[in-house]
Amino acid sequence: MTETAPVDSTFLDTTAAEPTRARRLVICRLQVNGEGVAVVAPVHWTLLELLRYQLGLIGSKQGCDKGDCGACTVLLDGKPTLSCITLAVAVQGRCVETVEGLGVGGEPHPLQREFAERGAAQCGFCTPGVLMSAAAYLDELSSSAEPVVRQADIAAALGGNLCRCTGYTKIFEAVHAAATQILQRSKALADTSTDDAS
Amino acid sequence: MSRPISSDKTARDLHRLDTDGAEGSGPIVGGRHGKHDALPLMSGIDRYTDDITLPRMLHCKLVRSPHAHAKIIAIDTSGAEALEGVHAVVIGSEMPIPYGVIPWTPDEHALALHKVRFVGDPVAAVAAVSEEVAIEACRRIVVRYEVLEALVTPQAALARADLKIHEDNRHGNITKHVHLEFGDVDAALAAAALVVEGDYQFHGSTHAPIEPHCAIASVDGKGLLTVWSATQVPHYLQRELAKVLELPMRQIRVIQPAVGGAFGGKSEPFALEFCVAKLAFKTGRPVKCLYTREEVFLAHRGRHPFDMHYRTAFAADGKILAIDAKSLLDGGAYSSFGLVTTYYSGQLLGAPYRFPTYRFDSTRVYTNKPACGPKRGHGSVQPRFALEVQLDKASRTLGLDPIELRRRNFIGENSVTINGFHIGSNGFLQCLEAVVQASGWAEKWGKLPRGHGIGVAGSCYISGTNYCIYPTELPQSAVQMCLDRSGRVRVFAGTSEIGQGSTTMLAAIAAQELGVELDDVRVLAADSDLCPVDLGAYSSRITLMAGNACLTAARTLGDKIRDILAQLWGIPAADIRLEHRRAFSLTNPQVWMPIQEAFIITESKLGLLGSTGSYTSPQSAVHGDYRGGTIGASPAYSFTAHIAQVQVDEDTGEVTIEHIWCAHDCGHAINPVLVEGQIEGSVYMGAAEAVMEHHDTLPSGLRTDGRRRDSGPGVDGLLMASSLLDYRMPTSLDVPQLTALIVQAPDPRGPYGAKEAGEGPLHSAIPAIANAVFDAVGVRIDNLPISPEKVLRGLRNQAGRKPC
Repeated sequence: MTETAPVDSTFLDTTAAEPTRARRLVICRLQVNGEGVAVVAPVHWTLLELLRYQLGLIGSKQGCDKGDCGACTVLLDGKPTLSCITLAVAVQGRCVETVEGLGVGGEPHPLQREFAERGAAQCGFCTPGVLMSAAAYLDELSSSAEPVVRQADIAAALGGNLCRCTGYTKIFEAVHAAATQILQRSKALADTSTDDAS
Repeated sequence: MSRPISSDKTARDLHRLDTDGAEGSGPIVGGRHGKHDALPLMSGIDRYTDDITLPRMLHCKLVRSPHAHAKIIAIDTSGAEALEGVHAVVIGSEMPIPYGVIPWTPDEHALALHKVRFVGDPVAAVAAVSEEVAIEACRRIVVRYEVLEALVTPQAALARADLKIHEDNRHGNITKHVHLEFGDVDAALAAAALVVEGDYQFHGSTHAPIEPHCAIASVDGKGLLTVWSATQVPHYLQRELAKVLELPMRQIRVIQPAVGGAFGGKSEPFALEFCVAKLAFKTGRPVKCLYTREEVFLAHRGRHPFDMHYRTAFAADGKILAIDAKSLLDGGAYSSFGLVTTYYSGQLLGAPYRFPTYRFDSTRVYTNKPACGPKRGHGSVQPRFALEVQLDKASRTLGLDPIELRRRNFIGENSVTINGFHIGSNGFLQCLEAVVQASGWAEKWGKLPRGHGIGVAGSCYISGTNYCIYPTELPQSAVQMCLDRSGRVRVFAGTSEIGQGSTTMLAAIAAQELGVELDDVRVLAADSDLCPVDLGAYSSRITLMAGNACLTAARTLGDKIRDILAQLWGIPAADIRLEHRRAFSLTNPQVWMPIQEAFIITESKLGLLGSTGSYTSPQSAVHGDYRGGTIGASPAYSFTAHIAQVQVDEDTGEVTIEHIWCAHDCGHAINPVLVEGQIEGSVYMGAAEAVMEHHDTLPSGLRTDGRRRDSGPGVDGLLMASSLLDYRMPTSLDVPQLTALIVQAPDPRGPYGAKEAGEGPLHSAIPAIANAVFDAVGVRIDNLPISPEKVLRGLRNQAGRKPC
């Protein structure tokens, strides 16, 4: 069920029989990077438009606006999702994570640090989307029973994100390094807790 | 001393020890550092053009032609103007002054004046309260056309000299013809032991940066126009805006925010920049235009399709005696950089091999398609493909290892090419050696099982050109530098950071010379109000040119600090070193102070510490003394060798590139991480052009479903692939294994000996792949891209069966 707000002639329904008819506005309530937000947006807006134009979250990029390039990738309930072909009203009540939420307290995420140090971002435009796909891969990796970092899995996880600068080589290296780090850290934690238990 | 550095982990770790030493103590220039500006970009903090929103900003959309070739009879904008939310409409007659990035060929208008010349040629622009309203307004603009025959192939354009795409063009549809001959080519051909002759076709490809073109314009109360644009040539944009809008340059400020990739596709002004500027004046409000992905494909300026005929003469020992090249360039609807492309198609072939006679004849023609221009490796990737395949064919006939054939023809360092270009350092042999070793060539060439193959190719590229594209004696690059009392260095440069790392390069030079860390340097770039002019990010010029300007400015300041400290400490200035936030005596380690204190003491004695540096390339004894002899001449040349290993599926014709080794002589790697990134990105892009990408329009008389259509307008010249789905670029699952090997043959003309790294490593990837396909299955694909159907056809011909 969608709450509606007053119509606004800034947003025309260009597909309607009478194209000057104004679109109606809706109130979208969702979790973005851990915070509940309620924003008014035209009913036809995509999640990407909502993030960029209503919430000022400019980290998610528009590269093609038709789901081909992956620069707009965000996590929707933890799954990589193309925000440029996802309607904002369709994600009511769900959890969205963008690149702005990746680091903690101003500290870059290990992925971001590895990307920066290893030259995995050149122009940087595809990078937020790549990072979100990589973050989902890391989550999946750390939750698997016997986690192993494999090049083929990394390549598959990033298969929906086009990069035109790097040839992917340094991206693979950076994700590999961050994944290895995270596994080592969780192993160290597990070892500590085992020690505690014993 | 040249030294290959492998990018594989072991060699890299060795290199780190070699140059970095302990944390914070190694050299900054030459050390492995991350990209200076990467973190804020990838955190959603730094802004690309479309990330900027201004108060009361309007949105602009363009009306584009549905016809490839037509006269504009009338434009009725009243329907658009009547729509609520529309603030202004602009058409071509309001900006009638023609422009062109090359000042001798101004054949474009911000919006088409009397004619449209390709499907997608912009005709009108609207500023409205939202993109939706602007799109609807565009639909309500009625343009009446008189449709003309579309000339979509260069052959058709040549044949129909009577039907001029540009009426005022002098020679039919020919935009440029260059014929240059050095030595007696015909005599050399006649006397040769072997002449390899062949036809080659290089298809078109496009840049496809992930960021679409975007521009915003705003006019202040005093008439100052500010344009933010995703451009790689802010200076040329400022010049052309001044021309078309009839404003003095001082009334225009151009700011280039972060750019999401360019590769040559943003190296001239486009319709959107003129339109937002004009509409900002008309409405008094800021106006933004963001191209759709389809519009990026239409803006194009990508790699020219070439039809080439090559004859190469050899002595029995494999020495090249003559090259005779004829090329037809499909230019598309406008000149763009085409004058330069036509010269480059022959002028940049003169190294790394020596040959005593040379002739090239290149003709560029207009066609009714999106205009071609400079894509990474401008104008020289296509001829390099033809020549390097010719060398491979010769080596087979002569029974020589193709590596050996290339070695025998090496031009050497400190040499002069047949067309008069003066080469300084030349690490080509080291490049060949590096790829031979890394790939295991000796165990593989001609020895892999059928279906597997390996191929080699070499190339050469420029580190900027000696002349600006407009006549001037002013510096091509300039840097202003300022030290402040917080211990920080500010660098102001007109340089265009497009992901290639120019900002990191400038920061490294400033930090190295002034004894601060990379993070202590703030580079303010590409804002015409704040920065001195730099010509832009094209022709691989910034590291050499802006790097030299930056080095001069930094050394001037370093000398001032050392002079003051020398007086203070009573020691010679030459004994003082500035490094890692300290100033110290080299001979007496007790004598030192923090660099911030050194800056403060020097400022207190001399006043504010600022300096400038300029770079003007050498103007004499570097190029040929003939008409066109300066075009393509560079202060320093980079060299590259590629080896590609492929697998060919004989059932499907599919070519899988397994591994490409690329060794590139960049003179000196100011930052090896970034140089490797440039090599890897170039090789990826070249490999993609070899087997996947094709920027093409629908052939005349066919519908999009491939069936013949009835006659009628509006289909000829339509783009076949105008989305990132249809235009097939490699994903992370398609990319071959890439090994980047850095070779360093320092050139005295480069900063610390540095030469270019951003474009050279693309060239020979393509012929290396073609040569590897031949090694795998004995099929020559001289007509790019190497598609499965061509490979299958070749295999069937080979088997003596009728081709499908």
